[in-house]
Amino acid sequence: MGYLPRCTGFPAGAVQAWETMRLIAEKLGGARGGQRVFSTVDFSLAGGECLVVTGPNGAGKSTLLRVLAGLLPADAGHAALEGGGEEFPNVASACHYLGHMNGMKPALSVFENLKFWQEFCGAPDLDIDEALERVGLGSIGHLPFGYLSTGQRRRISIARLLVSFRPIWLLDEPSAGLDRRSEARLDDLMSKQLARGGIVVAATHLPLGLKGARTLEMGPGSTGRSGETG
Amino acid sequence: MLALYLRDIRLGVRAGGGALTGALFFLAVVATIPFAVGPDLNLLARIGPAILWVGALLASLLGLDRLFQADREDGSLDLLVLAGDRHMLALTVLVKCLAHWTASVLPLVVAAPVFGLILNMDAAGIGACALTLLVGTPAITFVGAAGAAVAVGLPRGGLLVSVLVLPLAIPILIFGVSASYAAVNDPDPFMPPFLILAALTLFLAVVGPVAAAAALRFSAD
Repeated sequence: MGYLPRCTGFPAGAVQAWETMRLIAEKLGGARGGQRVFSTVDFSLAGGECLVVTGPNGAGKSTLLRVLAGLLPADAGHAALEGGGEEFPNVASACHYLGHMNGMKPALSVFENLKFWQEFCGAPDLDIDEALERVGLGSIGHLPFGYLSTGQRRRISIARLLVSFRPIWLLDEPSAGLDRRSEARLDDLMSKQLARGGIVVAATHLPLGLKGARTLEMGPGSTGRSGETG
Repeated sequence: MLALYLRDIRLGVRAGGGALTGALFFLAVVATIPFAVGPDLNLLARIGPAILWVGALLASLLGLDRLFQADREDGSLDLLVLAGDRHMLALTVLVKCLAHWTASVLPLVVAAPVFGLILNMDAAGIGACALTLLVGTPAITFVGAAGAAVAVGLPRGGLLVSVLVLPLAIPILIFGVSASYAAVNDPDPFMPPFLILAALTLFLAVVGPVAAAAALRFSAD
């Protein structure tokens, strides 16, 4: 185990850059396998704002997040990041994407996994032991990721959001597999991210305990297709 | 980038990584051919370089389909693609190729001289063969990366990758084997085919990762 130098603060320029940052979707439409899953989604989020995307299975929540991240091309309209400055020219460079899968290797230890993502993603934020403390798994850094339970794996991949800094978090069912205490911890981590001027977009069918979050209801009304995408 | 290289090597050599599968397959190919050809030592020595090259080519195709598929299955691939602004995706692919080569193909190159002894090759032939393998096998990995990226979404794309990649790997095989032969058959010059082999590797080191990156970008669903 090694310790990375703690990054205690962000450059003042960067902080100012995200105060004016806006994540904007205009008449956004998304498709999966050639079929329109949702259309005309509009929102504009400033720093410190949270958008909770809700809706039944198949309403296009995951597709929306993948389109926002730029992993899928938009079927109509566009999503953009304004005011990101040179450091964050587009959404992909400014976001942490937490998908269904955790992006961790079962054969590597928890510490090795997180250290890899920290070094690969750059912009180190919390050091790994502290990030593990924040998700309540401080003592298991040495275990192979494959030994962990579903909920613990999810918490490790939430810790990935903490080890390097990104202003935007795109979370797809972040609380899947978490127990109640871990959900509360997740809410707390999301509030902290918002408090320092970040943006959180979370797709979930469970109520998150965030105060002041805006809600985007995705329903069959705007969709008219079938298929498992949520 | 160094982190990615080290991670992939670690994954390759740890349990279930499959780095040794290729070497064992190589051994199986080389060890069975003398039984099939018969105890004609001169014939074995003559076809030795070709056998080593064919064995190494097939063995290095063996693990290629997992190059991106493993990352796709656990979601890492999305994150590697997303980081495309910080680390150009083609460069990420190149690093993954180099790590794959180090963990899975370099053992074949190291084992080739030992297998050369089984085939009754002389010292010069063994040396030339190992040298051409060292220079030529990265090219196979780079071409293979493009094939693996195209087939990344297919659940059992292993055979498809081999079929896609083999025709593109034939020039590498031709120049590798002809350089190895030239080292032992006196009038033939060694340098021209060897330099073409080196040029192929350098050319594919650029084209392969760029093609693979393009395929990965459009394979997202």
